[in-house]
Amino acid sequence: MKAVLALLLLVFAFPAFAVDPSEVLPNPALETRAREIGRALRCVVCQNQSIDDSNAEVARDMRRAVRERLVAGDNDAAVFDFMVARYGDYVLLNPPFKARTLILWLGAPLVLLIAGSALLLAARRRKAVVAPQPLSDEEQRRLDSLLKG
Amino acid sequence: MRRAIFILPLLTLALMAGFFAWSLTSGRDPASIGSVMVGRPAPKLDLAALREGEPALTDALLKSGKPVLVNFFASWCTPCLAEHPLFTRLAERDGATIIGIAWKNKRDDALKWLKRLGDPFKYAGLDLEGRTGLDWGLSGVPETYLVDGQGIVRLHFRGPITERDLNERILPALKGAK
Repeated sequence: MKAVLALLLLVFAFPAFAVDPSEVLPNPALETRAREIGRALRCVVCQNQSIDDSNAEVARDMRRAVRERLVAGDNDAAVFDFMVARYGDYVLLNPPFKARTLILWLGAPLVLLIAGSALLLAARRRKAVVAPQPLSDEEQRRLDSLLKG
Repeated sequence: MRRAIFILPLLTLALMAGFFAWSLTSGRDPASIGSVMVGRPAPKLDLAALREGEPALTDALLKSGKPVLVNFFASWCTPCLAEHPLFTRLAERDGATIIGIAWKNKRDDALKWLKRLGDPFKYAGLDLEGRTGLDWGLSGVPETYLVDGQGIVRLHFRGPITERDLNERILPALKGAK
């Protein structure tokens, strides 16, 4: 019985959100948007946590501000702009593609490309080196005698 | 060409060692999240006064033609204790104008704290809900901004200011911004 209960709890476990019931907007559509935005905004005092996941004071303030902007009629982009104007691109968990973040976005594919072509080149060269050589007369004779014997 | 391959690990090691050495000596703080406020007009200031009977804090305080320091603090904040004597000195010895803003702090607690430690703030505001803090891009307390006489943010310190910050950055900026 206990095992079943434990299993059920595991199966139906939800990620713990820091969003307080008192913060939730009465309008479910707006609340859904607020959650989506909240998951994409970084809590500025945490290590890589979204404001929805964080219990930090500033994260709570940011969640409230997101909801206030949405209620005021802002679209999602305007809410993100509101936060970037205060905390910079750092606040975005999905960093924008621009000159400063070029290495961030293109670094990994570039390394993959270099490593891939290096591997390909090496493989091609190895194939050329180990291409089978025909047996010499001496070897052929020895092979024949072995097979017969 | 075959030889060159063996130099690669050494080269990698040298690159990494160089990066680490630079990180250790350049004063780079990887935990720093920077500030977008520096170089921009200061966010709006519209706060009730912390000390009763005083006028509310407004934008006019930031554009007086004289540089001001804006310090967010709280009585529950331990690093604020550490930096407090520096603000006292800035106010008394250097004649700096300091605006103190109690962040997420009950009025009585903040007032008691200032009474106990001394009050270096020419103006003091109360940001109980942290709305002004958010507008200023605050991540927590303590944080300190230097706003020049034209209302442009010149410095932004996240965390307590130190003796070194005071001597190398705040004092020169206070003199330069006049």
